[in-house]
Amino acid sequence: MNRERLLRGIWPVVPVVAALIVTGLLLAAFGVSPLDGFGAMLQGAFGDPTRTLSVLAFWVPMTLAASGLVVTLTAGLWNIGVEGQIVMGAVAASGLALKLDAPRGVLIPLELLAAMVAGALWAGLAGILKTRGKVHEIFGGLALNGVAIIATNYLISGPWQPPEGGTFRGTAPFPAQAMLPLYGESRLSPLSFLIALVVVIGVYLVLRGTYPGLRLKGLGKNPRSAFLLGVSSEREALLAMMACGALAGLGGAVRVLSWFDSLRQSISGGIGYLALMVVMLAGFRVLLLPLITLFFSAVLSGSITLQLRTQLHSSLGGILTGVLVLLVLMFGDLRQLTGRASGAKEEPADE
Amino acid sequence: MLCKEESVPQVALLPNVQACPSGLVGGKMQVSLQNIRKYFGAVRANDGISLTLAPGRIYGLLGENGAGKSTLMKILSGYHKADSGRIELDGRRANLGSPADALASGVGMIYQDPLDIPAMRVLDNFLLGRDAKVVLSRTTAAKALLDQACKMGFHIELEACIETLTLGERQQLELLRLLSLGAEVFILDEPTTGISAEQKESLFSSLRKLSEEGKTVILVSHKLPEVQELCHQVFVLRRGKLVGQADIPCPTEQLVRMMFEEVPSRQKRRSLVRPEAALDLHGLAVSTERLQIKDMDLQVRAGEVFGLAGLEGSGQRLLLQACAGLLPLAGGRIWLAGQDVSRWSYHRRRDKGVAYVPSGRLEEGLVAGLSLMEHVALASPQRGLVVDRRFFTQETQARIDHYRIVGRPETRVEALSGGNQQRSLYALLREDLRLILIEHPTRGLDVRSAEWIWELLLRRVEQGTAILFASADLDELIERSDRIAAFSGGVMSRAVAASETSADELGRLIGGER
Repeated sequence: MNRERLLRGIWPVVPVVAALIVTGLLLAAFGVSPLDGFGAMLQGAFGDPTRTLSVLAFWVPMTLAASGLVVTLTAGLWNIGVEGQIVMGAVAASGLALKLDAPRGVLIPLELLAAMVAGALWAGLAGILKTRGKVHEIFGGLALNGVAIIATNYLISGPWQPPEGGTFRGTAPFPAQAMLPLYGESRLSPLSFLIALVVVIGVYLVLRGTYPGLRLKGLGKNPRSAFLLGVSSEREALLAMMACGALAGLGGAVRVLSWFDSLRQSISGGIGYLALMVVMLAGFRVLLLPLITLFFSAVLSGSITLQLRTQLHSSLGGILTGVLVLLVLMFGDLRQLTGRASGAKEEPADE
Repeated sequence: MLCKEESVPQVALLPNVQACPSGLVGGKMQVSLQNIRKYFGAVRANDGISLTLAPGRIYGLLGENGAGKSTLMKILSGYHKADSGRIELDGRRANLGSPADALASGVGMIYQDPLDIPAMRVLDNFLLGRDAKVVLSRTTAAKALLDQACKMGFHIELEACIETLTLGERQQLELLRLLSLGAEVFILDEPTTGISAEQKESLFSSLRKLSEEGKTVILVSHKLPEVQELCHQVFVLRRGKLVGQADIPCPTEQLVRMMFEEVPSRQKRRSLVRPEAALDLHGLAVSTERLQIKDMDLQVRAGEVFGLAGLEGSGQRLLLQACAGLLPLAGGRIWLAGQDVSRWSYHRRRDKGVAYVPSGRLEEGLVAGLSLMEHVALASPQRGLVVDRRFFTQETQARIDHYRIVGRPETRVEALSGGNQQRSLYALLREDLRLILIEHPTRGLDVRSAEWIWELLLRRVEQGTAILFASADLDELIERSDRIAAFSGGVMSRAVAASETSADELGRLIGGER
């Protein structure tokens, strides 16, 4: 019994170690010592304060999106449209940053609010497609992701193009008062960092002990029963989608207002898909989220240094995270593996 | 013997019936079931059943819902394993561990929903169950299938997709598949539900052919006229025991009496019916793919217990769900305590005091993965934003005690036994209810728990709550209801006073008498 508990305790570490081994073998196959390789990555992520700050700046929007995704996952929804929701948040924030002339204290809250509203509406669209149109949220979300990116490209090359002419690369830089205050020379906004922490804790508390959290849990585990017990499935599903969209949109705003200083073509940089992987790893354990996003963020930042040092392409970081997710999904729940699921009771035949 | 050779179907016949290859060959098999027992928890589905089946005969297996027919047949076909008892085929003990085993021994079963693969073509489906050879010979198989179909008088299109076939055609295909795999004993579970009249005739004539070839046919059915038409002999089960057998023809009344044992007269329950109406249905119409209720009127008064009899799938569930707001109305009006609620959603009616207790537990009603306490919190009206764990833990403990649930507030519902899950459903009902709609109130409960559940329900009835419930248990209906009506094919019979009716009368109402 004690051994089993120990095994269960260390189980989450197993796929991490396995992923490191696989990636290490890959490094070795390319003639790079795994230790050197991982060392370079570590160096690249945390080697000096600038790099660490950069890791954290990348961490903020990913954590925001992942927190939102835990909400939808709890409700049993796969909100793959999170990528588009990030983009739409970024678009809304950029719109205000470009067009509204107001003091910083007014402008920034407005930008963040607009981003949340835009993300929520975009997610709500996928939600309505799901509840009313019977379009699965994965397909609806993917389609809307495409539309969001096209909308960005249109804005960049059309209405919002810089005065010197359209470049297809981005809008003109935002005025200083539209930007989130940054820490020193870095791209990290301490405010956004704080917001992300508050969001993680907030999501944890809401899912753990409130009525909306309980309703989402019921909905995710058995929609039919939850409905009979009084959960309005359609409304709750829509609200879960919109909550996630709002957080993703906030992440998008952080991207344009601190990481970049303008609306760019690939504003999200795949953060939404990364966040999906994070949530697959974390499951419903919200408090694990910040750690996993930190790991992802560090690996991805570190792999750039790896490329500089070893001439191996930086996509190796992507391989590491991808392998990790695959392994975690493969190893799965220890209890499932050992097949000691309870509830395997024989039910009377229906006559 | 009532074997109507004239009633050969026109539609399903091939024009070249005479050109068929002749003669089915087959061994004849003696089947003997000895002292078969199968318990599901406290439910004795089969409680020591022994019977012998001779080759070349068509048997009917009768009994009300839950009598143990399907279980017995699933044991014979290898789907369930008996807890004890012995199956002998031709005098040799057979060990039927799986449907494949049973089929290899010559026993094949056609389920109510044939076990084919909808997206596949007819021929592929036919090939699927055949002996595993790496290379499938489609031409040989096609010929075999067409020959068999021809002998049986079925028309089969080899390249059609299963999902485009009617239920009757899928049944025919399944029959041919079993035949080609060498089945000697054919078990058909309610085969005439959902198929057309022509297909029924076609099926019956093919079953007669099978019996003439020396095969054994077992028909599981509630439909007495069909049993009278087709079978040579019937066995009657009741509560897991064999309670009678008869040669056909046999008066229907006698069969009904065997199926539903005579109910001992009981002291009349004090009527708590109040003058005011709790539920009023005017011209109610509900329509699903399988069944329709048309133009139905019913009034249930406050404090009244109204029982719905009928075979499963005759319309009781539709009615309950329509009253709960879970099914849209195709027409008519529903009044609840003088208020037109026809267009109200389930949740709105729920807030107005309508409760629905479904028959599934973990499928609909309880959420696997949530604790009892979380269920209670979910089902109670929301108080503030944060779930008050301490309050609900106490509240849940109180209900656990009250409903005698073996479990704790933090127990997840999937860890509870079936009976405790059933009690949990009742424990989740709110305090003030106008109308409780219940499917099978005590199915799966032992006598004492059932008694306790009804006692608690009656306390609510004393407060003026009306109860509309469907049950397959005639005893329960007669004992607990004020009035009873039966459903048959979506039509509700006249309502009879429970104190004056008899199992015989209910049997006739269930059989379709208006």
